[in-house]
Amino acid sequence: MRIYPCHFCSSPCYPGHGVMFVRNDAKEFRFCRSKCHKNFKMKRNPRKLKWTKAFRKARGKELIVDSSLTFAKRRNVPVRYNRELIQDTLKAMSKIEEIRARRERQFYKLRMKDNEETDFKRDLLLVKKNEHLLRVREVEQRKQQEKEERKQLQQDEDEEMDIESEEEEEEKEKIVITLQNKSTQRKKNKKIAF
Amino acid sequence: MQLTWKDIPTVPNSTDMLDIVLNRTQRKTPTIVRPGFKIQRIRAFYLRKVKFTSEGFIEKIDDIILKFPKIDDLHPFHKDLMDTLYEKNHYKISLASVSKAKTLIEQVERDYCRLLKFGQSLFQCKQLKRAALGRMATIVKKLKDPLVYLEQVRQHLGRLPMIDPNTRTLVICGYPNVGKSSFLRKITKADVEVQPYAFTTKSLFVGHFDYKHLRFQAIDTPGILDRPTEEMNNIEMQSIYAIAHLRSCILYFMDLSEQCGFSIEAQVKLFHNIKPLFQNKSVLVVLNKSDIIKMQHLEQYNIDLINSVKEMSGVEMIETSCINDQDLLASVEIVRNKACDKLLSSRMESKLKSDSRISNIMNKIHVSFPQKRDDVVREVYIPESFKQLDKYDAEDPNRRKLAREIEDENGGAGVYNINLKDKYLLENDEWKNDKIPEIIDGKNIADYIDPEIMEKLRLLEEEEEKLMGEGFYDSDDEDYSAEGFEQLSAEEIEEVKAKAKWIREKQAMMINDGRLRKSLHNKAVLPRNKIIKSYQDMESHMDSIGIDTTKMKEAASKNAFDNQYQETGADVIVAENSSLSAIKRNTAKGGKLTQSNRELDGVDDGEARARAERLQKVQRRERNRMARAGESDRHNTVALPKHLASGKRGIGSTDYR
Repeated sequence: MRIYPCHFCSSPCYPGHGVMFVRNDAKEFRFCRSKCHKNFKMKRNPRKLKWTKAFRKARGKELIVDSSLTFAKRRNVPVRYNRELIQDTLKAMSKIEEIRARRERQFYKLRMKDNEETDFKRDLLLVKKNEHLLRVREVEQRKQQEKEERKQLQQDEDEEMDIESEEEEEEKEKIVITLQNKSTQRKKNKKIAF
Repeated sequence: MQLTWKDIPTVPNSTDMLDIVLNRTQRKTPTIVRPGFKIQRIRAFYLRKVKFTSEGFIEKIDDIILKFPKIDDLHPFHKDLMDTLYEKNHYKISLASVSKAKTLIEQVERDYCRLLKFGQSLFQCKQLKRAALGRMATIVKKLKDPLVYLEQVRQHLGRLPMIDPNTRTLVICGYPNVGKSSFLRKITKADVEVQPYAFTTKSLFVGHFDYKHLRFQAIDTPGILDRPTEEMNNIEMQSIYAIAHLRSCILYFMDLSEQCGFSIEAQVKLFHNIKPLFQNKSVLVVLNKSDIIKMQHLEQYNIDLINSVKEMSGVEMIETSCINDQDLLASVEIVRNKACDKLLSSRMESKLKSDSRISNIMNKIHVSFPQKRDDVVREVYIPESFKQLDKYDAEDPNRRKLAREIEDENGGAGVYNINLKDKYLLENDEWKNDKIPEIIDGKNIADYIDPEIMEKLRLLEEEEEKLMGEGFYDSDDEDYSAEGFEQLSAEEIEEVKAKAKWIREKQAMMINDGRLRKSLHNKAVLPRNKIIKSYQDMESHMDSIGIDTTKMKEAASKNAFDNQYQETGADVIVAENSSLSAIKRNTAKGGKLTQSNRELDGVDDGEARARAERLQKVQRRERNRMARAGESDRHNTVALPKHLASGKRGIGSTDYR
């Protein structure tokens, strides 16, 4: 029983998972999931796909050269079983893993160190070049502000309006009637030409 | 080598051949040609005829030439036989003349084809064709005699017996009427004619029989008379050739009773005469008709004569009779068997004499031996532990325990399972049955197993401590700040970031809008100049991009006032009373179009107006009566509509519809 790395994305293939393709020259290709298998069948290059380990390693996004990574490898030397050796190995594995994780974290941090500064520089340049667009932003902001003010005002008024509402409604009806009359009169005066 | 010539096709005589070929030409080539055709077509027509005819002749002639045997390529026996039967020279000349005819025909064809290519008219072409065919026909007609002769040869050849000159053969020869054919009848199934007169057999006959599971052929030859070969006739020559050329056992038949009409002396003389032909052959002298007289009953003089025959080496003598008698019948068998044995032994001898067969086999066989490399002794390797083991003995009480015995002790086959781990060679035997872990935390333990792992781990930890001491990991909690921009305050920085974020979003939105505008998505699109954009749209847009619109608004309100809406409700205002100048003024400012009343234009009020109106009325009356839509309506309805006028046919004439 063994955990194999996926041929395409290098993630682990646990026993009972994924598929294996054996080419007619007897080379075995293990794939962790159908996604990797399909991509392989489409003859895609894993070094050119962002989501694969191969890509990340090629672009220096992963810790590759480190003494903590030299422990796991295929040694083609048979070693006779020894209980103590296995115990030591298990202990060592956890320690190595701990060190490796720490170093990887540090590697990531160093890689990300300058990002903030470059991002800010880019922002500055963008703002400098697009001042005409920023005028639109000002208008938007002003309108937003006005709207909020109006809302505030409305709220204040509503509180007062509740008292006088009944009187206002009657007046509105009268106005509607008079407006209707005027429009009918207008129609009668029209002359039609062809 | 070919031994029979039964499949030679019949040779037609010259007239038949002409008929066949010309008829075929007539049937298989096109027959219609007219002077109106293009000249190329006419030429092609006749060229084809000429070519086809010559091909027909050549095909026929080839059949003859290829199928007839070439006399010089045959076995000497067949060659001589055919020479005597058909006269070699005559045969050769006949075939040669046929072959010559072929070349001549080819030549004629070539010449006339060349001429036909330049034929100027149908008539000319036709004459050329006639000439070509005529000349070919003449050539074939001249073949009359050879063809007749060849047909005869063919018929005769087909009937020749199949004589294989190389197989086991018995040749029966002797004077005429000594009982050769009778003997052949006895030993084979061949139905040969036997008659009590000389020269019953006029040609070679073949019979077959089996002896010792081998197939033999016996050849009956015509009788030979005692005279020099130059004087012999064709019939005798055949037997001479058979004796001379076939690898065989020769049975020389003699009639002691002299019933055949030839004395014993003559028969012995003949034997001595043709003796030279018996060289290298086994010869058996058969004294036939022993039922009538036996050798011991002969006179001494004759006995001496007969014994003189024996003087030749390898000659044996035997008595027999072909008469149907129980006792004597066996003697025929004896003769046959003796002859066959003689023949077989002589064949075997000749085979052994020629060492080509042996060398043939020896050339194919090669036996190889490995060569010694050096003098080092290489012995079989047996492990030391194995040598020390005692020999297993089932009786011995202290014998080794076998795996089978262990199995039986533990419940026998099917119950007991061998523990394969038992034979492990480990430092500590307790470990033998340990379960070895394979995977932990997504890693293969096997990849990490290394006797020096602890040492390596120690080195790694030391390195780690050193790094810690150097402060490699100190930046863990550090906060990032925009270095190099100290002059900017934190708020300003935030402001710039917010602006940049807004710009990015805006740009993305603009790009998206542009794409939506451009993409059709199965929508009808108005041309740009037909899209109406109102003033309000413009104003709101200007507002949104932050341009001051107060001035624009002023100009717009002024224009709106000038172009005030005239309350007529119509798009075009009919100016009844307004002056022309007023109209002009209005339109110039971009207002509504005002226009005069056309009904009233150009005609004065009063009498003229009244007359015009009346005229108009009269014109309309007729139009209305005819239900016309207007002046331009000139539609004519159908006078007799089909769907109304036609129906099923009743009695009456059909010409109505």
